[in-house]
Amino acid sequence: MKRAGFATKWLPITLLLPQLIIIAVFFYWPAAHAIHSSLYLQDPFGFGSTFVGAENYSDLAGNSEYRRIAWFTVVFTILVTFFSLAIALLLAVKADKVIRGARSYRTLLMWVYAVAPPVAGFIGLIMFNQSWGPLTRFFQSLGWDFKLGVNYMDTATAMVIVSVWKQIPVNFIFFLSGLQSIPRSVREAALIDNRSASGRFWDVTFPLLAPTAFFLLIINITYSLFETFGVIDTLVKGEPGNNPMTLVYKVYVDGFRGNDMGGSSAQSVVLMVLVLALTVFQFRLVERRIHYT
Amino acid sequence: MSEANQAALAAAIITPKKRRRPIRGADVLDHAVLIIGSLLMLVPLIMVFQMTTLPDVEVMKTGPTFEIGNELGPNFDKAMFQASGFSGENTGTNMLKNSFILGIGFAVGKIIIGMMAAYAIVYFRLRFASFAFWIIFTTLLLPLEVRILPSYEVVQKLGMLNTYHGLIVPLIASATATFFFRQYFRSVPEELVEAARIDGAGPVKFFIDILVPLSKTMIAAMFIIMFVFGWNQYLWPTMITTEEDMFTLVRGIKQITQDLEGNNIPEYGRANLLALIAILPPVLVVIFFQSWFVKGLTESDK
Repeated sequence: MKRAGFATKWLPITLLLPQLIIIAVFFYWPAAHAIHSSLYLQDPFGFGSTFVGAENYSDLAGNSEYRRIAWFTVVFTILVTFFSLAIALLLAVKADKVIRGARSYRTLLMWVYAVAPPVAGFIGLIMFNQSWGPLTRFFQSLGWDFKLGVNYMDTATAMVIVSVWKQIPVNFIFFLSGLQSIPRSVREAALIDNRSASGRFWDVTFPLLAPTAFFLLIINITYSLFETFGVIDTLVKGEPGNNPMTLVYKVYVDGFRGNDMGGSSAQSVVLMVLVLALTVFQFRLVERRIHYT
Repeated sequence: MSEANQAALAAAIITPKKRRRPIRGADVLDHAVLIIGSLLMLVPLIMVFQMTTLPDVEVMKTGPTFEIGNELGPNFDKAMFQASGFSGENTGTNMLKNSFILGIGFAVGKIIIGMMAAYAIVYFRLRFASFAFWIIFTTLLLPLEVRILPSYEVVQKLGMLNTYHGLIVPLIASATATFFFRQYFRSVPEELVEAARIDGAGPVKFFIDILVPLSKTMIAAMFIIMFVFGWNQYLWPTMITTEEDMFTLVRGIKQITQDLEGNNIPEYGRANLLALIAILPPVLVVIFFQSWFVKGLTESDK
């Protein structure tokens, strides 16, 4: 609040009301509902529900399929985060260095940001077409008989590739603007101190980029968990079958298709706790350890 | 000129270049990396576009090639005006319209509601201001995806399935825009309010005549980011629109993909063109307004 604010009483309440109503109805009500119904076993045909306490949760913990999906989600998240951050960092460092064509490169490297994940998934379907997909052919030339939607590992690989492709621009934008905000004097001092370009990068530039990198780490984990839904749904053509899937996709499949409201809600609550933990981690632990300039 | 002198001259000309050569080599490498990166981003799109210029039969046999055919027009007609889907009501034009309603409606709604709330929080002495702030900002913690089923049930109970407000309003229930505007308003010098008060401006006048014009760039940046975000929504529209004439292009991708599964000849031209049309508006917005967009995206942390 500003010191010199206004003292009117009803105006601010009126101004806040639309936001508060929308949040109450479409955020707090559903969130509370998820927690509530995770404690009940709902009849799939809608004839009432029985209180089962933590049973939905213990079912999850004991469910080997759920554990397998959770494990896949972890591996998927690590791969997508690592590759999209690494490639974006490389491109940003190069784009920061070149003078000629810098703007064109920036445009060419960031436009994919605006592509919706399911549309990226659609492009993936074309690239991995079984008979003539360019990437399928590429893998075949390496002796890998790539079968999207048939082979578990192959489908997982396609999911990672498409998700990384879609995420590189976001990381690129943040890394590039992080690099460009490093003061010229710091760069010049580093140039005198350290002749090797890679030495300069790891000793000076990278530590200064650390806040951006940690912020992006959280952003990327959240992206891999949630926003890849569209990529996955398109690549498996809405038919999960024996294909790999992430935890969010499982919530959708169990709740919307399988009508297992209790189980699906319990999964939602597990994810809520996960996201909350990530956010707390971001605010508390990470930010405190990084030195901002 | 003697040979020795020529050699010296040549050396003099060459030497400075020679000295710069290692940097040049690095330059070439930099550009090579950037060009490869740009191609990785661009080539898939070019392939999808190339396939829209060929008849479906040819695409089915060969996939993307270097040949540009002349089927673009007919494929465009098919994609935009020919009805498809089970109800036969769903044309590309209609999906395009719905996408614009969702993108613009979401962006405008979010900006208006966010600005109002941020103004109330920053500029008024409210007893419960910090409580309201806390209530609003917890929404940043849980993405729609984790509360998707209960949200669906709520919308169903309110009878908002297959409506535009059912599509747009629940998406507004997160505080990103409020957060951006709060940060921005706090950076506005306090002297401005004092001066406005001395001049006799009330809170409404100050907001409309001073604060809104002052935030123009911020509003533009927000609009671009939110438009792209709204246009690209998939999971929420997938759940709450079941009637095909309510589909957006991105929601319709599911149907579009099924064109590739046809029993006879998959409709590659139609499907690829619809995918391109789904990509085009948000990409153009981002390319044309990239400095605003980057500014809005990176200047605040979330």
